[in-house]
Amino acid sequence: MRCYRAHVLVCAGSACVTLGCHPVKEAILEGIKRHRLEEEIKVVETGCMGFCEQGPLIVVYPEGVMYCRVQAEDAAVIVSEHLLKGRVVERLLYRDTDTNKPIPFMKDQPSLSKQIKVAMRNAGFINPEDIEEYIANEGYFALAKVLSGMSPEAVINEIKDSGLRGRGGAGFLTGSKWEFTNKAQGAQKYVVCNGDEGVPGVFMDRSILEGDPHSVIEAMAIAGYAIGADQGYVYVRAEYPLAVEKLRHAINQAREYGFLGYNILGTGFSFELNIRVGAGAFVCGEETALLASIEGRRGTPKPRPPFPANKGLWGAPTLINNVETLASIPPIILKGSDWYASMGTEKSKGTKVFALTGRIKRPGLIEVPMGMPLREIIYDIGGGVLNNKKLKAVLAGGPVGGFIPADYLDVSMDYESVAELGTLIGSGSLSVIDEDTCVVDLVKFFMEFSCEESCGKCTPCREGLKRMLEILTRVTEGKGQERDIEDLERLSDFIKNTALCGLGQAAPSPVLSMLRYFRPEFEAHIRDKHCPASVCAALLDSPCQSA
Amino acid sequence: MEAATTKCRCGLEAELEKVLAAHEGKKEDLIEVLYWVQKNYGYVPKEVQVVISEKMKVPLSTVYDVITFYHLFSLKPKGKYEISVCNGTACHLRGAPFILKSFEKELGIKPQDTTGDNMFSLGLIRCLGACAVAPNISINSEPHGRMEPELVTKIVKALKEKSKLADCIE
Amino acid sequence: MKKIKSVNELVKFKEIVLEKIKERQYGGKTTIVVRMGTCGIAAGARDVMMAMIDEMDKRNISGVIITQAGCAGICDHEPMLEVIKPGNPQVIYGDLDEEKVRRIVVDHVINGQVVEDWVLGQKAS
Repeated sequence: MRCYRAHVLVCAGSACVTLGCHPVKEAILEGIKRHRLEEEIKVVETGCMGFCEQGPLIVVYPEGVMYCRVQAEDAAVIVSEHLLKGRVVERLLYRDTDTNKPIPFMKDQPSLSKQIKVAMRNAGFINPEDIEEYIANEGYFALAKVLSGMSPEAVINEIKDSGLRGRGGAGFLTGSKWEFTNKAQGAQKYVVCNGDEGVPGVFMDRSILEGDPHSVIEAMAIAGYAIGADQGYVYVRAEYPLAVEKLRHAINQAREYGFLGYNILGTGFSFELNIRVGAGAFVCGEETALLASIEGRRGTPKPRPPFPANKGLWGAPTLINNVETLASIPPIILKGSDWYASMGTEKSKGTKVFALTGRIKRPGLIEVPMGMPLREIIYDIGGGVLNNKKLKAVLAGGPVGGFIPADYLDVSMDYESVAELGTLIGSGSLSVIDEDTCVVDLVKFFMEFSCEESCGKCTPCREGLKRMLEILTRVTEGKGQERDIEDLERLSDFIKNTALCGLGQAAPSPVLSMLRYFRPEFEAHIRDKHCPASVCAALLDSPCQSA
Repeated sequence: MEAATTKCRCGLEAELEKVLAAHEGKKEDLIEVLYWVQKNYGYVPKEVQVVISEKMKVPLSTVYDVITFYHLFSLKPKGKYEISVCNGTACHLRGAPFILKSFEKELGIKPQDTTGDNMFSLGLIRCLGACAVAPNISINSEPHGRMEPELVTKIVKALKEKSKLADCIE
Repeated sequence: MKKIKSVNELVKFKEIVLEKIKERQYGGKTTIVVRMGTCGIAAGARDVMMAMIDEMDKRNISGVIITQAGCAGICDHEPMLEVIKPGNPQVIYGDLDEEKVRRIVVDHVINGQVVEDWVLGQKAS
């Protein structure tokens, strides 16, 4: 094996690609060639490193120096200074947002110090297109351990004991799901990976699929062994072409190396995997709708029961897990359930990946033990609010979640505590809103989303959400009426209780959350025709504005 | 998704035959076939729907049903450059509505429309997952981050230049 | 690539591929610093570097970090390099060539024997 004195890791996650990392990589390769360093320095494309806001990112090992916002023009100087002469290029280093001091090393990044990476352990560190780098990090060792000496029941118990819960939103105990599917009767069973990360503002699944696809493949094979399935599908949304490409490549490599296919590692276990690309529909994240879409049909949900564990894909028992959940499986098998369960709170164990977005200084992906106070996440890891504005609230759970107002910032980020505030951990979206954001406008935006994404199968969701949107639109245009609050509450209650699927039931959540925490602001729109945050255009010239 | 030019469809019919043959007898592959058509034709023409229905033995109503359900498929031809503004939460919070307005003004069309010369289509797209560099747009599925309203005029102008150049070469 | 057919094969294969990413792990490892200032390069540091990488490759040495630094001001003795082994004094070698560096790899890096003849200086680490 060739040995190199330095590795240049170029982040090629979606955000960095968006910001033009490929021309940067080309320029670095060119510079290396010009200085005849090809034999000494290896350039590796990795998945998302999680510091998306600072992209395009480059990390040079062995020192671990991180360069931010690198443009193609900067490549020459990185090569001639750092790679050739060993001098760090200071102007491209990340600077502390408060002190403006440069922070050269990746490991010293302030946002990293409180994080524990489990699901994201490899993303941004290995080359996702090279299975050998995954193996070098104990990749496929969990599969080997399971196949060479654990019974399916033992695997299920390990997952159950770890306390891992579905990271896609519902938070159902993963081990129990595996157990139900294992016990279900059926000659043919399926494992499905839900990669339809439809909630806007979250991107951990994309990051894992792009940066560490093998961890998902390995976990699916383990799940297949545990429930007795020899066939799996990964459903990825169409908006993630890069993830599909990396995953396709990884599946082919896994097949070539014998981790997929017939008689894996000589143990007699066989497992095959296929990709299904979605075609743009939020509702397909709902498990029964997702199954319909895999079968090539319109993705509309079905009433449950029967649950997919008993009657799923083509009527066969089917296990559906989300990407982040699956990526956490191999470390749990290798390090044991005790290790995983030692992190987090009593009922919410392990780590969770959150996507920090909105009006925050350091947006990106972070992975922390569950139960961390939200304040630490926002201020210590995220660096606080952009432009040092006043924090108004953090929106958890995206368009189907709710607000956590600034007063509740010390809430422990676990499933139970967040639910008490009337919102949910969901898939891990945390959007920061500041004093300049109008909650009514934002909630209206979510309602537009939910209306458009409603599949139309059940009336409460299809018609009810429309009516709610009409009311919200009217209010932002200064035509709100006194009874609108009451109507919104009634409609919300009705839809929550009668919609067919989880998405419909959760769609009124932002409205209820707004009425719970920001009622005065909403009332100001109706009674005073005034938008306190000065966002709603129709209300800007009202007399109350200047009063 | 690459928006195909609607001018020339030479050879596409033969290719379609091949694609359909590869998925013969597999009704569950309908979405994949439609994906191919959308990518290569730029939309799903009526006559192609009929062919798919016959070859895959799926009722025409089901084909239409699936096309209209998923955002990715369209029944109308798209322009040469398909500009989509990301409509995710993060982009919204960081000014996507202003970006959209700038494009509307610059191109003189509303979302879901195509300019008269079939040059530009404007649309909204669901979260691209590049939220940390919001607001984002995508041009023929090529993503661009940290957008600013001031950049819109430049982008449109650059695309027009690029297109002129391509025409000269043709 | 041949299929990996058993758990044992996987364990062995991992040891081999670990080499691929070892440069990305640091801390508590033997480090070799090659002086790569203009003077060093002019005196042949690049050939020294190449010979060293080649020798490490041949002997399949893992867990050693090769890095570089600029001119140390003693340009007269270029090419130079430093070998830092955790817990041992830092050894600086000078007036190197390809032959010498290969011996340093074998004697010092692998076997822990300082090659006294070419030592310019040592300092406690």
